Amino acid sequence: MHLLLQATIAGILVGGVYALLASGQAMIFGVTRTVNFAQAIFAILSAYLSYTLFVDIGLDPFLSVLVLVPAMFAFGGGIYILMLRRLSRSSAELALLVLYALGIGVQGVLDFAYQTNTRVIAPAYADSSWTIAGYQIPVVRFYAFVLAAAVLYALYVIRQHTKLGRALRATTQNPVAARLLGVDVERISAIAMGLGVAAAGAAGAVFGMVIPFNGNSQYDLLSKLLSIAVLGGMASMGGTIVAAVILGVVESVVAATISPDWSAFAFLVVLFAVLMFRPQGLFGRRLRGAL
Amino acid sequence: MTRFRPAGGIQALAFVVVLAVLPLLFGQHWVVSLLVFTVMYAGLAGSWNLLGGYAGYPALGHGAFFGIGAYAMTIGTTHLGVGGGYRPFLLVVPIAVGTAVVVLPIARLLLRTRAVAFAVLSITVMFMVQTLAYNIRGLTGGSQGIAVPLAPFAADTFERPFYYAMAVLLAVTVAVCWVVRTSKLGLALNAVRDDEDRARGLGVQTELVKLVAFSVSAGLTAAFGAVWAYYISYVFPGFAIDPLLSLGAILMAFLGGRRTLWGPVIGAALIVPAQQYFAYRYGASHLYLVAYAALFLLVIYLLPDGVIPSIVHRITRLRSSHRARARKDQILMEPALTPGERG
Repeated sequence: MHLLLQATIAGILVGGVYALLASGQAMIFGVTRTVNFAQAIFAILSAYLSYTLFVDIGLDPFLSVLVLVPAMFAFGGGIYILMLRRLSRSSAELALLVLYALGIGVQGVLDFAYQTNTRVIAPAYADSSWTIAGYQIPVVRFYAFVLAAAVLYALYVIRQHTKLGRALRATTQNPVAARLLGVDVERISAIAMGLGVAAAGAAGAVFGMVIPFNGNSQYDLLSKLLSIAVLGGMASMGGTIVAAVILGVVESVVAATISPDWSAFAFLVVLFAVLMFRPQGLFGRRLRGAL
Repeated sequence: MTRFRPAGGIQALAFVVVLAVLPLLFGQHWVVSLLVFTVMYAGLAGSWNLLGGYAGYPALGHGAFFGIGAYAMTIGTTHLGVGGGYRPFLLVVPIAVGTAVVVLPIARLLLRTRAVAFAVLSITVMFMVQTLAYNIRGLTGGSQGIAVPLAPFAADTFERPFYYAMAVLLAVTVAVCWVVRTSKLGLALNAVRDDEDRARGLGVQTELVKLVAFSVSAGLTAAFGAVWAYYISYVFPGFAIDPLLSLGAILMAFLGGRRTLWGPVIGAALIVPAQQYFAYRYGASHLYLVAYAALFLLVIYLLPDGVIPSIVHRITRLRSSHRARARKDQILMEPALTPGERG
């Protein structure tokens, strides 16, 4: 029982980081109707940048987020403007392939620049942890969770309580109607892409402290992100967060009780079991032609 | 949708002759090896086209079926003791049929989703199969991989049996695609691609035709995987179930022209030599990934319809402008045929 609870705590903490990464992807999907297949490598790009900032100028990874989030926002927006805008909205699959290819290109650049040995960002407090009522809480994971929750809250506030957020939600619901009502859909899409990639930037910076990474870990991370997206229901931000925490907990519990080898697989089994009954995911709505 | 035409027969004959003669023209091992991979990718792109092109279901996880074929071959030759020499080639047909059947339940589940969601789930299946390959160590050797007994063919012409096995499979794939295109099944798949809900409303058995396309596509892909495993004689999870392999096949189908019969073959003939060159030249530095991505993006942005449809488009345009010049008095020009909408 102790082991199970300990694993659940660890799972929830890491689930927060997945949630941040995946809700960025959900935001991009909602507005542009395309799945960002490069979301995982963008997180790893951010992890590498955070690594460089830490090793070269000693910037704390949590502080590097302040630099990386605006940079990744510009990067994401730029990708939309330069690469995705010219593809027609109806060809979401083409945009998906473009992003996938772009991700592989970014991996090539990272593999070239940093070599392929796995790295981990290790600040002084990397190995310390608190013990509360007999349960270990690693400091890094706790702060990572807090950061993820803070960024998610910021995204929530932007989405629900600002004019920009209203435009984002309108475009998610119906791009054509939003355009008729005066929303600049292209601009909103670029901003959504920027926000989504910025979320990957924030998640990546702390991800690099929690899990050792190299360019090739993008597939592992991508597989998790995509499973979360499908389980949560693609465009649903709330569903995505729930799915991410489920993934974190299932993974961590299976790793602790059965074997770490099967942890990722266990979640995929859960995913397919859910899909048998709800093809649109836990919280998704059926969209004609899209899902 | 055309019935058998003499021109088509000549195309097919020329294709078979070229396929048969090509390896005899070259002595160098690296050239023949390049041909083996070109033919393999042409076949993979062709079998992807059945589902990804004709049916319009953007499958990204065909690496899974390739890997299943590859591991079935290694397990057949090591654990089941099929024997060496030419005998492993006999396994290819049961492996293809077996895979086509085994994927049916998963296909049924995946095909309930569409478009982007289908793309995501299909690649998720690939990651699942890869995890299985890593974890079922007793059968697959885990991350250390598993060796297939080296084929005892003469060193001078070592690649030829593999080449001809791949070539036969490619010919079968093209033939299957041709049959599908000319049959009612092809029409039904077209209808599914254009508007699945309407097609079902009109009485097309959408579930059935999608399942058939998925299953045949997966079975053919597995057959190529099986021959590949025997050829390279050492199978790792990372190589046998490679996301880049599926993406490569898709790239070739895009370049040649999705939904065309010869597009995948032309795409493979153009890309595989470049790909092998990049891997050879920049493999150590990982820059080949950059080259690969750049190539993909170039194709999508510059030739989104693919080589064949672009050429057809050019020709029809040229012809109609000729005709228009010939009939100057006629004001209304025939609209140029559009080479299939982007999708």
